[in-house]
Amino acid sequence: MTGKAVLRIPCPWCGVRDEVEFRYRGDASLSRPGLAASLAECCAQTYERTNPSGWHLEWWLHVGGCRKLLKLVRHTLTHEIHAVGQAQDRLTAPPEVPPP
Amino acid sequence: MSGSSRIGAGLWTQAEAPLGFCFDGRPLRGLRGDTLASALLANGVRLVGRSFKYHRPRGIVTAGPEEPCALVDVLGPAGREPNRLATTLALQEGLIAESQNRWPSLRFDVRSIGNLAARFLPAGFYYKTFMAPGWAWERLYEPTIRRAAGLGRLVVAASDHAAPAETVHDHADVLVIGAGTAGLAAAQRLGLAGARVMLLEQDAAMGGGSLLDRRWQAWREASIAALDRLHNVRQLPRSCVVGAYGHGVYAALETLSSGESARFHGLRERLRIIRARRVLLTTGAIERLIAFPGNDLPGVMLAGAALAYLRRYGVAVGAHPAFFVNSDEAYQTVFEFAAAGIASAGVIDVRPKSQAADRARALGISVQGGAAVQSVAGGRSVQRLKFAPLAGGNPGVLHADCLLISGGYTPATALASQVGATQVWQPSIAAYTPVLDPRIGRVAGAARGCYGLAAAALDGAAAAASIAAELRLAARPVEPAWDLPPDPEQTPMEPLWEVRGRGKAFVDLQNDVTTEDVRLAQREGYEHVEHMKRYTTHGMATDQGRIGGLVGSAVLAQARGLPVSEVGLPKFRPYTQPLPFAALAGSEVGMHFKPRRRLPLHDWHEAAGATFVSLGLWLRPLVYGRETGWEAVIREARAVRRSVGLTDVSSLGKIDVQGPDAARFLDFIYANRFSTLPVGRARYGIMLREDGMLLDDGTTSRLAPEHFLITTTTANSAVVLEHMEFQLQSVCPHLDVLLCDVADQWAQFALAGPRSREVVAAVVSDLDLSNEAFPFMAASAATLAGVPGRVFRISFSGELAFELAVPAAHAVGLWTALLAAGRAFGIVPYGLDALNTLRIEKGHVTGAELNGNTTADDLGLQRMLKVQGDFVGRMLAQRPGLRSPDRLQLVGVRPIDRNQRLRNGAQLIVPAAGARSLGYITSSTPSVELEGWVGLALLADGRGRTGQRLIAASPIHGENTEVEILSPHMIDPANARVRT
Repeated sequence: MTGKAVLRIPCPWCGVRDEVEFRYRGDASLSRPGLAASLAECCAQTYERTNPSGWHLEWWLHVGGCRKLLKLVRHTLTHEIHAVGQAQDRLTAPPEVPPP
Repeated sequence: MSGSSRIGAGLWTQAEAPLGFCFDGRPLRGLRGDTLASALLANGVRLVGRSFKYHRPRGIVTAGPEEPCALVDVLGPAGREPNRLATTLALQEGLIAESQNRWPSLRFDVRSIGNLAARFLPAGFYYKTFMAPGWAWERLYEPTIRRAAGLGRLVVAASDHAAPAETVHDHADVLVIGAGTAGLAAAQRLGLAGARVMLLEQDAAMGGGSLLDRRWQAWREASIAALDRLHNVRQLPRSCVVGAYGHGVYAALETLSSGESARFHGLRERLRIIRARRVLLTTGAIERLIAFPGNDLPGVMLAGAALAYLRRYGVAVGAHPAFFVNSDEAYQTVFEFAAAGIASAGVIDVRPKSQAADRARALGISVQGGAAVQSVAGGRSVQRLKFAPLAGGNPGVLHADCLLISGGYTPATALASQVGATQVWQPSIAAYTPVLDPRIGRVAGAARGCYGLAAAALDGAAAAASIAAELRLAARPVEPAWDLPPDPEQTPMEPLWEVRGRGKAFVDLQNDVTTEDVRLAQREGYEHVEHMKRYTTHGMATDQGRIGGLVGSAVLAQARGLPVSEVGLPKFRPYTQPLPFAALAGSEVGMHFKPRRRLPLHDWHEAAGATFVSLGLWLRPLVYGRETGWEAVIREARAVRRSVGLTDVSSLGKIDVQGPDAARFLDFIYANRFSTLPVGRARYGIMLREDGMLLDDGTTSRLAPEHFLITTTTANSAVVLEHMEFQLQSVCPHLDVLLCDVADQWAQFALAGPRSREVVAAVVSDLDLSNEAFPFMAASAATLAGVPGRVFRISFSGELAFELAVPAAHAVGLWTALLAAGRAFGIVPYGLDALNTLRIEKGHVTGAELNGNTTADDLGLQRMLKVQGDFVGRMLAQRPGLRSPDRLQLVGVRPIDRNQRLRNGAQLIVPAAGARSLGYITSSTPSVELEGWVGLALLADGRGRTGQRLIAASPIHGENTEVEILSPHMIDPANARVRT
């Protein structure tokens, strides 16, 4: 569609909103390397990503709403959103079940 | 021309409302209620197009959106619109349509000699033939192929409506797609349970298959009336769901009836974005073809389509039809033709015996059981066909003017596939049915292989009850009282996919894909159905292989020695049918394509004769005055260098940063340090991306110990705010900082030039502006023209300069006060072009140099990077490759011959044969301070080349200009002026 909604994301502050209000900000399972990290570690952290088929922990920034950073557990095949939380919440993916 | 004609009244046509229309220049007559296809058939027109690859004659095959062949160009006041389906295009008075893909005329097509060359156009032909060389594809092959094998032609003229389409958003508990008996029953059940229901039907009338069966008329009409009484149910005919997305989002294209279109001032289409908690797919099943030699000849049509033309439009597609079928369902057409008094040439039934065949024989119709059509013959239309017993034996011949075929029914599963349904093989119907996650919705009726109108209605009602229960809509749902006509008892169908013989047997009529093409793909290793699809183009384009898709899978399965159930269907994707771009655009066209942001002073700029330029979403004054060429720009820039000028920089991003940890946070965001910045001072800052490249630059002022104001470039303001929010909330959640975008709240003006201090002094009452009290890079609150505001002593032009900010509502007051105060010094307002001239001379960078590929070192800013402490981009900026002297570095350039000009984008080369580009000019301008032109460039080892002479080559202008390489700081390199 013309940049219109595909995902519907339940923002804990604003309610269910269309994807166009959000900006995807990448893999939320990574944490930024500290001062002691090597250049190789920093490169890996910046460039190397897995491409999981299944549950994925990811950042979504509600730029067109409350500007809060959300953490989502989303399924990359079905787009199902298992959980939505604040940036510091510890979210875990449910066990992978084969589609019906 | 052939024996098709109007023989009576149709359900939809109005005999008292004749319409005139034109096809390929021939004036013809039809009726209100006709589609273009039914009107053409009523006029005996059978040949409607030439095929895509072989230019074979093609006729109408279906009566709906699954049509592969009858695509036409429609000519109207809005231009020439290609690929309209004759089978769904409502006939209107004065409609002008033309056939596609034929030259010079439909009856005589030069390229149909492609038939002779057919052996040279096998599957994968394009891939194999046009492998090399690379350049030839876009210059030679593609244009030639497009001319020879395109479908329609698009020519756009002025539209009769400001926007021929609109977008609307809908919400529903349940979206029911398809208003056959299953959909009508389900909508009633859900409506009575209190659900908000949308019932969408792609046809102009609700009813689906029940429209073709007289026994169902009473139930259908009662159901529609019952739904009309339910205010929570919306019935939307002419609305085709074109895409099913995740999370309950669906897109539907509604085509307005001519009456409604007139009521909406010429609006033609409505794209509905529907958000529904559950979907119920009652999309029915689609009759499929059988592949046999010549199955594309005009006059070969699906049996169900012939029934639709007879019932809906009173059009008999032939005067002497033959039938080729494999199920009892298809006999409905046989019986209706007999009831209309049309004598059949005979029925060829794949099955040796069936109850329907017995009924047909009882009516005196000859039926050949256990047989199959071997081939059809006739020049441009069916004249006779050859058949033979499947078990072997003597062939026979039937003379007929059309051949109505049915290879069984395939559930319409495209939408289910789009929302992730799995496909399960059903041997009883020889087709796949979808299984959907009930959290998304359900599939009911013929769409899940539940054939028979009564069976489908009951299945729809049952699915509706399940959904109502899942949505906890009604503890005790009301049962509608129905008296359903019983489904007749039937002999099971027997699949027959292909009859092999001499000649082309098509599985995809739109893309000219034959059974041989499928086998060729398999032999060449494209065994997976997705690979076969791409290699042969089977199932692509507007019809998405609805009538032959499964047949292609079956032929592939046979070639692989597997059952069809092992091969499957390709994945379906949006869109399910052709969609005009106008419908996707809706009203977001022209000025409404994107929002426009106007400066607080926009009206003043406009009245002053400014020419505007779009910068991001902003409209900014480019230049004032009417002089031609560079004259006005130079006049404005010269005023700044010599005396004083005023420019509006309100569009710069402004972010307010407050909190006890604000300084620490800025130290992390910026590559340079802000925690050491004293209150009342500003500092130039650069921020990097995590990969070490420059993200943005700007000045940041410390207004209080825990209060900073940062500015960003106009284009990057949203990006920078997003970047800061992300870093703050993900990496620095322990910091107590809040960010606020205040760009719209503040108007900001830059007053620049040697006399600027005197002008500022005239409007500021409570600030000592002396160089000692308010030095370069000072920042302070102040009262400006009576309004509380801020003064910053910062400079982009390289002159003594001040930026003054007041709340946006006071913009005009401050601006006019400054102009009045500056009159004595000859103050002029200057635009973006003059600002650009000034900053190029000074060597300040902007978006042309901060282009996402440059590092701090490239732009000569390496010394700004902190050595102590962490910041975004710290580690990756240290990569050895980013410190290489071969990287492009910022330099200044001037032509040796001061009369020559520079060009942005000109490549810098050494004057030698075969020289390669060493870099390019990013910005250039006539100079006000130096003679001739000056520019900035990114040049390999640029700082090491200072003083060298290079050629600035701009081949598109035919220019080779000798230039000298300088420091980018071409005026006042000691930075004395800003400190005076």
